[in-house]
Parts: sequence; C-alpha cells; structure tokens
Amino acid sequence: MAKLPPPQTLIADRPSFPDQPWFDTRPSFAPGNFCYPAKKETMETLHMPNPHEWDPAADDWGLPDDWERILCDAFAERLEKHRSLKLFMDICVRCGACADKCHFFLGTNDPKNMPVLRAELLRSLYRRSHSLSGRVLGKAAGARSWDKGVVKELFYYAYQCTECRRCSLFCPYGVDTAEITMIVRELLHEVGLGTHWIMDPVKNCSFTGNHLGIQPHSFVEIVEMLADDCETVTGIRPKTPFNKKNAEILFITPSGDVFADPGIYTFMGYLLLFHELDLDYTLSTYASEGGNFGSFVSFDMAKKLNAKMYAEAKRLNVKWLLGGECGHMWRVVNQYMGTYNGPAPANTTPPISPLTGTVFKNAASTRMVHIAEFTADLIHNDKLNLDPSRNDHLISTFHDSCNPARSMGLLDEPRYVLRAVCNNFVEMPENTIRERTFCCGAGSGLNTEEIMELRMRAGMPRGNALRYVQQKFGVNHLACICALDRATLPPLADYWAPGVTVSGLHELVGNALIMKGEGRRTMDLRQEDLPGVDDAEPEEPGEDG
Amino acid sequence: MLSSLLLVLLIGAAAWAGAQAGFYLLLGAVLPYSAVLVFIAGLVRRMIYWAGSPVPFTIPVTGGQEESLGFIRQAKTDCPSGASGVWARMFFEVAFFRSLFRNTSAEIQEDCLLTKGPRSIYSSSKWLWAFALLFHYSILLVFLRHFRFFMEPTPSCIRFLESLDGIMELGSPRFFLSAGLMLAALFFLLGRRFFNERLRYISLPGDYFPLLLLIGIAGTGICLRYFDKADTTAIKVFIMSLTHFAPVSPQGLSPLFFTHLALVCALLLYFPFSKLTHMVGIFFSPTRNAPNNSRRVRRVNPWNPPDQYFTYAEYEDLYREAMAEAGLPLEKQPDGT
Ligand code: SF4
Ligand code: SF4
Repeated sequence: MAKLPPPQTLIADRPSFPDQPWFDTRPSFAPGNFCYPAKKETMETLHMPNPHEWDPAADDWGLPDDWERILCDAFAERLEKHRSLKLFMDICVRCGACADKCHFFLGTNDPKNMPVLRAELLRSLYRRSHSLSGRVLGKAAGARSWDKGVVKELFYYAYQCTECRRCSLFCPYGVDTAEITMIVRELLHEVGLGTHWIMDPVKNCSFTGNHLGIQPHSFVEIVEMLADDCETVTGIRPKTPFNKKNAEILFITPSGDVFADPGIYTFMGYLLLFHELDLDYTLSTYASEGGNFGSFVSFDMAKKLNAKMYAEAKRLNVKWLLGGECGHMWRVVNQYMGTYNGPAPANTTPPISPLTGTVFKNAASTRMVHIAEFTADLIHNDKLNLDPSRNDHLISTFHDSCNPARSMGLLDEPRYVLRAVCNNFVEMPENTIRERTFCCGAGSGLNTEEIMELRMRAGMPRGNALRYVQQKFGVNHLACICALDRATLPPLADYWAPGVTVSGLHELVGNALIMKGEGRRTMDLRQEDLPGVDDAEPEEPGEDG
Repeated sequence: MLSSLLLVLLIGAAAWAGAQAGFYLLLGAVLPYSAVLVFIAGLVRRMIYWAGSPVPFTIPVTGGQEESLGFIRQAKTDCPSGASGVWARMFFEVAFFRSLFRNTSAEIQEDCLLTKGPRSIYSSSKWLWAFALLFHYSILLVFLRHFRFFMEPTPSCIRFLESLDGIMELGSPRFFLSAGLMLAALFFLLGRRFFNERLRYISLPGDYFPLLLLIGIAGTGICLRYFDKADTTAIKVFIMSLTHFAPVSPQGLSPLFFTHLALVCALLLYFPFSKLTHMVGIFFSPTRNAPNNSRRVRRVNPWNPPDQYFTYAEYEDLYREAMAEAGLPLEKQPDGT
C-alpha cells in the first residue's frame, strides 16, 4: 500500500471540476483508483457469463465480440424486471439535492461521483434506446450511445458507490442511486467484468460457507479458540454448539467476526451472552456466513448465497433465526430474504424470546431477529446483570451502518444497548448519524487494500465527524454493528482520528456482562488490562452456578 | 441553455405570426385539442409503462426508527410499517416535499481550529425546498384560477381562490400574487442552474427548456392580463366553445393570447416525454410508497429465479471426513454408514 498523504493534503488535493462537459470526459484508470479484476477461474467456477482475464489499466478489456448487444439486452431485461429502474431513469429532475450527500463526491470532488451524474451515466444510454426524444434528438436530449469507453466509465463509477442510499433519503422522489449501481454491476457482470475482492468471497461463501473459504473443521477450531479466550478473561468457557439439530435458535453472523480482529471480540461477546442466558441455540458451519457478497454482484447471486440460511434452518429443525451484527447482511435479510427464499421453512415459528416471552412481531414472516433487538429486549426486561463501569475507560460514540439505518430503521435498539453497557456515550453531529449516517467509505465490496486512498477519501465525512467528537468530547471509542465496519473503520479512524478504537456492540456487552460464577475481571475481551484493577490480586475463577 | 431559449422564443414567435396571419383553426383548435390529447394519452401511457414492470422487492428507504420493540418509539411517517403510515409519508412527500426539506449543504474546511484538522460542516439549506414549494403551489393556484375560463358559471370556490390570490388589492385588474410568485420561483430555479457550479455541470437542455417555457407562459399570461388588458369575456366564450367541442371563430382575440396558448400547448406536448413526469412518477416511487414491513409480510417476486445453491448434502459430501474428525454431527457417516 502506497503511503497516504496527510488528511489536509488529501482534501486540498481534490481537483476542481473539469472544463469539458461530462459527456466528453472519461476516467483514467491508475493504480489505486480501481479494484483488482476477478480471476477468470473464479468466474468460471461460479458459472458467471463471459469469464475472461482482463486488466482495468489496459486499453483493451477483452470484452466479448457482441458486448454491445449483450449489454443492451441485459439492460432492457432489467427494465422489465424492476419498476424502480424505469422510474428512476425517467423522473430525476436534476435538482442536485443529492449531489453533496454522497461521501464519494465530498471526498473526491469528481462530478461523476454526484449521485445524479452517476445515474446519468446509465440514464444517457437509456434515453438513446428507450426514449423518443433521445432517439430523435440524440445528444441534445442528453442521450448517448454505448461504446467501450462508456463501459469503462460505468465500471469506474459503479465501484465508487457503496450502495449506501444516503442520496435517496434526500431525493424528493426517492431516486435510489444504490439501486442503479446494483443494476449497473449486474450488467457489467454479463460481459465478464467483476472485481476480485467481491467474487472471491462469493466463491468461498458458495462452496465452503464463509468468505475466506475456511473449511468446517478449521472453523470449529477457531471458534473453540475464541471460547478458550473467553475462559481466560472470565473464567467461564462458553458452550459452542455446532450443527445441532432441534435447537430453538439458529444463530448466523458474518464470518468476519470469527476470523478478523476486532470482530472476534464481538463474537466472544455473543458466546458469553448466549452462555449466560443458557440459550438453546446452534451455530452452523454450512451457513457460517451472514454477510452476503452476492448482493454486491446481482440479485440472483444474493438469493443463491442467502438460500443457505433457510435451508439450514430447515435441516436443523430450528424454531427461528437470530442474526448477528452486520450491515449488508441485514439489507438482504430485512428487505430481500423473504422474497428470495421464503416463505420460511415450515418448522419455524414466529420468533419469541425464550427469556422474556417477547414476540418479535416485526419478524413474524422471515423469522429472523436482529441481535440488537434481541439484546435490547433482554436489557429492557432486566434479564442481564450488567456492570457498565467496566467500560468506563471508553468514551464511546456510535456509527450507524448504512444498511440497518436506511434499509431497516434499526437506530434506537443499538443505542439502547450501548447506553446500558457503557456510561459514556456521545453522539456524532446530527447530520452524520441515524438515517443521515455517512458510510464508512468501503461498503459493498470496496474494502480492499488497493484502493486505500480512495477509501480514505470516501471515509472523509465519517472521519471528520469522528475527529470532531474526539477533539470536542474526548471520544476514544467507536461502536458499530457491522462486520465490514469492523474491518474498514479501524484504518479510517487511524487516518482521520488516530487514537479512536473500534469495536462491535456485543464486545462491550461481553465486557459489561456479569456472569454467574465468573472470576474477577481484570482484562477486557481483548485481554487488555482494565484500568483501575492493575494492582488488585487476581482471583481464582469461581465455581459455575 | 441558449438553444432552449431560442426554441421557446421560436414557438412564441411562430404562434404570434400565425395569429397575425389568421391560422385560427390551427392555433385555436387543432393545437389545443391535440396537445390535451397527447398530454393525457402520453401520461397514461407512461404510467402503464411503469406499471408494466413489477416491484420485485420491498425497498423503502427508511427515514427513521423502525417498528420494533414496544418501548422503542417508531418514526411512524418517516419509517411507516403499514398503510396509514405510507399514506402519511406520501402525503408529506407530495404536499410538503418532505425529503427535500431535509436538504443540507456540506462545506469542508481544510483546517479547523477545533478539530486541528479538516472538518465537514453540514448546514441546513432550505432555499431549494422553499422555492420549489413556492413554485409548485403557485402554479397549482394559477392552474385552478384558470378554471374560471372553463366553467360557467364560475364555481364559487374558484372565485374564493381568486379573491385570496388578489388579496393585495394592487393595480387594476387586481394583481394576482400567484403569478408573481411563480415567476420569482422560476427565476430562482433557473438562477441556480446558472450560478451554482454543480447545477450548471449537471444541467441538460431538458432542464432549461421547461423552465424557460414556464417563464414564457407566466410572462405572456401576466402581459395578457395587465398590459394587453385582454377581453376575458371573449376569451371565455372561445374557451367554452372549445370545451363543448363546437369551436367558434376566435377572431378578434389578440395574438398575445395565441402565443400564451401555444406555449401552454407546447408544455402539454412536451410533458409526457420529459422529466416532468415526476408529477405522477412520485406516486410510483418504491423507496417511498412501500411500508417497511418486509420481515413481517412476505412480498412475492413474479420473476423470482429458481432455487439453486450449494446444498448441505453436497457440502457434507465434500467435507465429510474433516467434519467427522472435528466431531461435527453428520447426516451420513464416512464409509457410507
Ligand atoms: S435529488 Fe433526485 S431528482 Fe434531484 S438530482 Fe438527485 S436523483 Fe435527481
Ligand atoms: S448510494 Fe451512497 S455511494 Fe452511491 S451514489 Fe448514493 S450516496 Fe453515493
């Protein structure tokens, strides 16, 4: 990774708008501004159309001979499949309200990163073949024809959009550029264009169940190790039930929480919580990926990967599903799963918390509950014994991930939990949180190393907001409920607000949770000493019960 | 921009010249009839076109807290979970431009003293919202006021609107507020496209043309009333004859009237083929008109692709040995037992 310029330079460096109209400009592909292409082999394994080797920096992308026909047909087909697409192609008035709502635009000042122009890239092609004025008047009506440069341009900007939907919130007609980006990516996949960072995890999720392709036995081993770590910290070794038939609950979380620091501490939080509740649950090695990289590829691929959740719920004969902290996973579970792969298997029932008896009415059909809803309900009903002072060394703020915020409305549940487990909680500025939250800058499959500078640019609004509360209120910790965030926010914090650590919500829950028979806590889940207990004598772990 | 301006001027000039030259049948009957027809048929066709594609997924953009646990307060209109909430959301969207009301403008400081580094500041920016609302309400009022030309006797509610609109009691005939406000709002909207760099960059001829056309319509309308002092009774007789499909000869009406009429017709003709369809499109918008209830109520996608995934059986076949070694429960033991 090339060394990044300091933040001030990064901002000062943003170029001004080009002199030529956008019709006449084309992006230049330089290392650092594009994601590596998917491997031919990967694409073949996944039966993706037109797999081939290509290089974004090269002139010739090796498109199939009839690429134009493929793209035109695919576009026409998508128009017939999605009313949203037809509508969004027609009704944008170019009022510009969405322009400075996009973190990519704010960070790069590239006019084509204004959501409106990102959509115009496709809209101009739409006008040519699907509107009378475009056919007759051509450029004067804002229409243009396909050419290979246009394909490159679509690729460039479809992978500089994190499908965060912030633009749509502010649009007077709800034009959703994320939806357009999703469809543009679908189109590009028709001619064999995809990115490595997305397609490789898709392959792994497809065939091994999780995005790193960790095989079942290793997966179990890693989880066992995390359970050991839990024991080191609390004196209690939590249960790790796998593939257990007839459990009440199937718990699915993004696999990043099993493998990647700091997600693993969140996973330890889950283990401790479930153990303490004596929850009748199981993990699955087959459906061991909550995240859905397929949703960054196409609707069909998203469906395919998502199918495992219900398939496994059926095989294991569980009553309902509980989902861990993740952003795009919840976009899929909340807005797509029921439609893709529903109705939920017959053995499942509308979710009821076994601890509190609360019926999760809002999940009556998909039968999948978000862990923040689950835990908030526990806390509200006084089912957890918590000592928030164990998190007293943290002054925490909360990052709303785009998907739970704008495609689900999960805003207050995590805050409710956070307030219960952490005494010092400060919000970031109001235009950067809740439904107006800014993306981490690397969602939707863009969290790859080779575009680090671009990520830092796109992360600027979030980074600035974090820096603000860091300087003003001494915030030193950022909580989030997304596995991708746990991967993307640490470098963002290091760059924009050095000194702020990042963790999942349930890591804090795990720290604050007073378990029956636990030993005296001298360390947090990261095995870092808790302030104020250094000199005290460590006690032996207590007896269970 | 320039081409749009020329086009509007051209339409106006042609109409003026046509009226002078006595093309009354064309300007007074053929054009208005066909314009109304194209407008209605075009809009209906557009709606059928949209409705022809399904809404495969429930994809509202949630603008607030979801309906969830009893002790957590839902944002009932910004994040509705049922029909009444959606109606309320749509009402606020259509009547008050709810989403536009959220508008902020972002400013980035390179070096802020407080943060000792860069800082982004988002300030509320309601100008666009205010003028957009002003424009839409004033054109609605103007439109309704024109019904006095279409109905005999003029309904009392229209008279009431008129008196409200002329409440400033200025000039003779009395100055209608709505016309002035509409024009002011139009100039604001046009000005943005001129002076705001971003707007200038994204604007297409199709953005300038309707604005200029509307300015032309409002301008000629105002001239008709205040300067031309047009004979409204004669105009009404003429328009009523059109609505009764028995057009009388409009001889004697001023060429300015025909210019005004032709510009309106141009707008109607242009409308269904342009971004102006947002007027009906907003009601179709799937990010606004759907309840956030996708986990409670299952939506059926008519083109849902066939189920096709790597099944557990295939998975176990692939990893059976390793899974057995790790002590994982299996459907089939290794060695086929
Ligand atoms: S806010 Fe909506 S209507 Fe306005 S330019 Fe953006 S997408 Fe178009
Ligand atoms: S969805 Fe997000 S990243 Fe994409 S254009 Fe809109 S604001 Fe930008």
